Amino acid sequence: MLEIKNIVKTFGDRPVVQDVSFVFHPGKTNLVIGESGSGKTTILKLMVGLHLPTSGSVLFDGRDFTAMKGKDQQTVRKEIGMLFQAGALFDSMTLEQNVKFPLDMYTNLSEKEKIERVNFCLSRVKLEGSNKLYPAELSGGMKKRAALARAISNNPKYLFCDEPNSGLDPKTSIIIDTLIHSITQEFNITTIIITHDMNSVLEIGENIMYLYKGKNWWAGNKKDILHSNNEELNNFVFASDFMKQVFKGAQSKT
Amino acid sequence: MNLFFHIGRYFILLRRVFAKPEKFSMYFRQILFEMNSLGIGSLGLIAIISVFMGAVITIQTAYNITNPLIPAYTLGFTTRESIILEFSPTIVSLILAGKVGSNISSEIGTMRISEQIDALEIMGINSASFLILPKILAAIIINPFLIVISMFVGIAGGYVIGVYTGACTSYNYILGIQSFFIPFNVFYSLFKTAIFAFIITSVAAYHGYYTSGGALEVGRASTKAIVYTSILILITNLIITKLMLY
Ligand SMILES: Nc1ncnc2c1ncn2[C@@H]1O[C@H](COP(=O)(O)OP(=O)(O)OP(=O)(O)O)[C@@H](O)[C@H]1O
Ligand SMILES: [Mg+2]
Repeated sequence: MLEIKNIVKTFGDRPVVQDVSFVFHPGKTNLVIGESGSGKTTILKLMVGLHLPTSGSVLFDGRDFTAMKGKDQQTVRKEIGMLFQAGALFDSMTLEQNVKFPLDMYTNLSEKEKIERVNFCLSRVKLEGSNKLYPAELSGGMKKRAALARAISNNPKYLFCDEPNSGLDPKTSIIIDTLIHSITQEFNITTIIITHDMNSVLEIGENIMYLYKGKNWWAGNKKDILHSNNEELNNFVFASDFMKQVFKGAQSKT
Repeated sequence: MNLFFHIGRYFILLRRVFAKPEKFSMYFRQILFEMNSLGIGSLGLIAIISVFMGAVITIQTAYNITNPLIPAYTLGFTTRESIILEFSPTIVSLILAGKVGSNISSEIGTMRISEQIDALEIMGINSASFLILPKILAAIIINPFLIVISMFVGIAGGYVIGVYTGACTSYNYILGIQSFFIPFNVFYSLFKTAIFAFIITSVAAYHGYYTSGGALEVGRASTKAIVYTSILILITNLIITKLMLY
């Protein structure tokens, strides 16, 4: 379980995250949604300690991460997997080396076991056989999938994904969503996904926080989200005509 | 004010760089890798520069020695001393500051702006130490070897041009490079090479590590890295020379 309590973050005198509290549950896909610039990435970076909160705290299963120093912080970080918005693969390494990197750093597995694990992770993101490619040789979507393989390679307890399926076609998006959802359940991971893809929301939104201008504006799950009468949320969810029609279709079925 | 900010931040970074590594085997692998890319990769450039440098020193010295009272072996002797004391360690280090320094700062700067450094931090890795320490150690180990090679090639370049142009005989040049040899001078030269290696890698890494923004800033960082390392090398050269030779 991951809990954030009264998190505030200002850049200079610009408030970006304003007093946000939320609980992210293990074994569930927890979603953070919101418009571009609403502070989603910032909140994620606050949780993993890449930004220091102006005030407030982040608790990893009760352990106050914000108050920790060096060694303790590293202990928590070894349990974290993160997929960056732009992938952040290591340019100088092949895909195999990228995915193997956390294993090299923190496990005592034999080389053979590591390669097996790497191949397993790559196959889960449909990149089997791309072991020897460099990040520069991949398409945007492939980079994202490779980055996901790296994020899950060392069996994280907490998985952070910043827009795992932006830039992917609808079919691959569903594959990635399903993958994240299934490993979350399988290994009881506390998974936090940032997205503004309504398909993902309706597919895997088990616990959703809607950020609006840096505030926790609404919370619920994928069923609640279509029936909320929160104006800003509705504007966000039904921004496209397509979604309005989907919703009408869903209503006429029930 | 700004200067003190940078100096302070540079030493804070160094403290992180020299923290205890998470896993020695990974660092060892990185050091070997960097020795290859920073050291062996510069060999060709250094050889070319040194041979021309040696040749020019010989010609210029010969041009300046017109007095028949000066013994003929002076040419070889002077060439050797200039190369060992100054040209190989300082000039070659300045050139490495350009090549290796810009390479390091743009590599680390790119890793910074594309969030690769953040990715390392998230994995619980001390990114400063993991990225910078192997480069510093690799350069301190490998640069003295490069400079020794440069000395040999430079002196050989002087020999070839000296004999070819008839400025001296083969016998006199070789007699010259064997005369009045002081081993301490080589030590002095390699000692300052190692210090320069530390400056090149750590200052360039500093500029790369604190890059923020985009590709433009990466370019700026590597320009700054070259400028500052060059200035620092020249100042340090003066200080070390004053302390050790006079
Ligand atoms: N390092 C920073 N310094 C100053 N301002 C920042 C910084 N990082 C983010 N911001 C600002 O904080 C706000 C929120 O940014 P954030 O990246 O969290 O948005 P987001 O919700 O992830 O948007 P998107 O969906 O486009 O990725 C933006 O207005 C941005 O300009
Ligand atoms: Mg974002």
